[in-house]
Amino acid sequence: MRKYVPKDNVQGKSYYTDRFWVAPRVPSVEIESGSHFDEVIKTLAKKVSIIEASVQIGQLRIVIDARNNFKALKLLRESCGYKMCSELSAVDYLAKDGEFEIFYQLLNIEEAKRARVVCRIKEGEAIESIVPLYKMANFAEREMYDMFGIYVNNHPYLKRIIMPDDWEGHPLLKTYPLVGDEFASWYEVDKIFGKEYRDIVGPENRDPARIDRYDTQRFSRVGYEVPFGAEVDKENEKKNPIEYSETFLVDYTTGSKVLEKRK
Amino acid sequence: MQVTNKLTPFFENLNFEREDNTMVINFGPQHPSAHGQLRLVLELDGELVVKAYPDIGYLHRGIEKMAENMTYNEFLPTTDRLDYIASTSNNYAYALSVERLIGLEVPRRAQVIRTMLLELNRIISHLFFVATHALDVGAMSVFLYAFREREYAMDLMEDYCGARLTHSAVRIGGVPLDLPEGWLGSLASFIAKIPEEVKTYEDLLTENRIWKMRLEDVGVLSPEDALSWGCTGPMLRGSGIEYDIRKEEPYELYEELDFDIPVSDRCDSYGRYLLYMEEMRQSAKILQQLIPMYAKTEPQLMAHAPQYISAPKEEVMTQNYALMQHFVLVTQGMRPPVGEVYAPTESPKGELGFYIKSEGEPYAYRLKCRAPSFFHTGLLQELLVGTYIADVVTIIGSTNIVFGEVDR
Repeated sequence: MRKYVPKDNVQGKSYYTDRFWVAPRVPSVEIESGSHFDEVIKTLAKKVSIIEASVQIGQLRIVIDARNNFKALKLLRESCGYKMCSELSAVDYLAKDGEFEIFYQLLNIEEAKRARVVCRIKEGEAIESIVPLYKMANFAEREMYDMFGIYVNNHPYLKRIIMPDDWEGHPLLKTYPLVGDEFASWYEVDKIFGKEYRDIVGPENRDPARIDRYDTQRFSRVGYEVPFGAEVDKENEKKNPIEYSETFLVDYTTGSKVLEKRK
Repeated sequence: MQVTNKLTPFFENLNFEREDNTMVINFGPQHPSAHGQLRLVLELDGELVVKAYPDIGYLHRGIEKMAENMTYNEFLPTTDRLDYIASTSNNYAYALSVERLIGLEVPRRAQVIRTMLLELNRIISHLFFVATHALDVGAMSVFLYAFREREYAMDLMEDYCGARLTHSAVRIGGVPLDLPEGWLGSLASFIAKIPEEVKTYEDLLTENRIWKMRLEDVGVLSPEDALSWGCTGPMLRGSGIEYDIRKEEPYELYEELDFDIPVSDRCDSYGRYLLYMEEMRQSAKILQQLIPMYAKTEPQLMAHAPQYISAPKEEVMTQNYALMQHFVLVTQGMRPPVGEVYAPTESPKGELGFYIKSEGEPYAYRLKCRAPSFFHTGLLQELLVGTYIADVVTIIGSTNIVFGEVDR
């Protein structure tokens, strides 16, 4: 029988886990009253409902409703001195809860304190942009959209940032395999030659650097110019000091020449 | 944006359009002063930049995705490829966040060696910055002098770990090797030269008329913008905000060391250049203090935490249970506790931190690398507007971006 692989999480997993293994947890400490974090929580709680707040490894972790993200971050920035947002991104919990967890890592420069605002959104929901508060979100939110497909409302220019514009799928989702999907593996061939060339090129010769020297529509000639789409006489080619670096198609259906030689 | 199909091919290197009276040009992705694969779409009115659009992703290798498919120890060498100018700072930032996650105390000798390597990497990176920045602006000789010193620093790295660029010189829980014999001596003679070498560069550049004309009041970044754009490191301190993670949130031995944080309120490229020069001197000062510290430490190099880190070789070879634990750690990988951590460090370029979300499995559930250069690249879309095209190269050089960590 083939091994069962869950479709909603195709990432690498440990080959063995003890059935009775219970993972320990990072200690989450309650906030000391009178500390800096306590004041932050009090200021925040006046206007935004806090679901959970604790200190984990020296940093404040506040869980809020995703609809309040702008309001909460505005308060933290203007009333609590969190003038810098170091990082924001998402964690994919679609397989487990059908949700994304979005975190904002904030820094208070005067107090040298760090806080993390965490909120969750359902699949297909959008989140409000924080670009008016922190300009760094311009790039960070675009990356989050690119990697997870999370739409950001009121972002000035929400467009893919790392992957090409015409890419399909969002690479950091747990459903996206490490080796890439069907679209990813044929991307260059599709883009340069067109989908109909998939059969001609074949999976064995899938080479993003393949050059067809007689194709004057997509490639220029080496050494001399010809009009766009001109026919090249294959027999009487002009002599050229520069050589083409070509990859040749190997036809795997008709036996291997190397093997025949060895015989 | 070009509309591409089979009949109208995509011209990667040149996009030449006219709209109204402005011209759109492509800077990169293969431009020698882009420090990697930066494609910058610039809209020009004459020679004035009206709009700038940094396009990144040409060096994307999916390192965050790889982290989700590897055990914690397997991933460590991959972090070399982030900021490849100063690899040890990446290794260290990653190791530190995993150590914070599992709550590990690193032995003192490992701390001394790590701090030494971090500062040596800072010097290597800053020398590279001065060299390439000066080369971009047009001062060729500084490049030759700075690269000569950088070679000596890389020789030191090579003597320690065998690699010159991708060091992997730090492990989770300590360092793999003790310092080789005579290494401290060669380090001492290297850092003794640094102040006078820095003075050579300063003699060549600081009061140089051309250098000042090209750098002063170029790429002016206000303190508010620096904070808002998430600028860190010399970019932030060059705008008059004194924040160095080594001082404010100390890690390793920085609490015990005596060094100054240079700050400049000039807010321009020239101020940032001065910072880099001073930081090299401070790094040399730190290294000088570290050399006598080494002798006073016990020889233990790796933390003792058999649940997470393999026992020393002697124990593995002599004790059955240590061997079993070692076998499990090698084949399955360590399982840190459930939780999340973000550990910031001061890399040569700014705040480098790894956010790790662990679900108690040997593979990180999510790893996010907070790379300083990513945000400095984002800043370019605002910093370049209103400058002249000749200053674009200066500004990119002065942000000191490295594309390994921008695209990840």
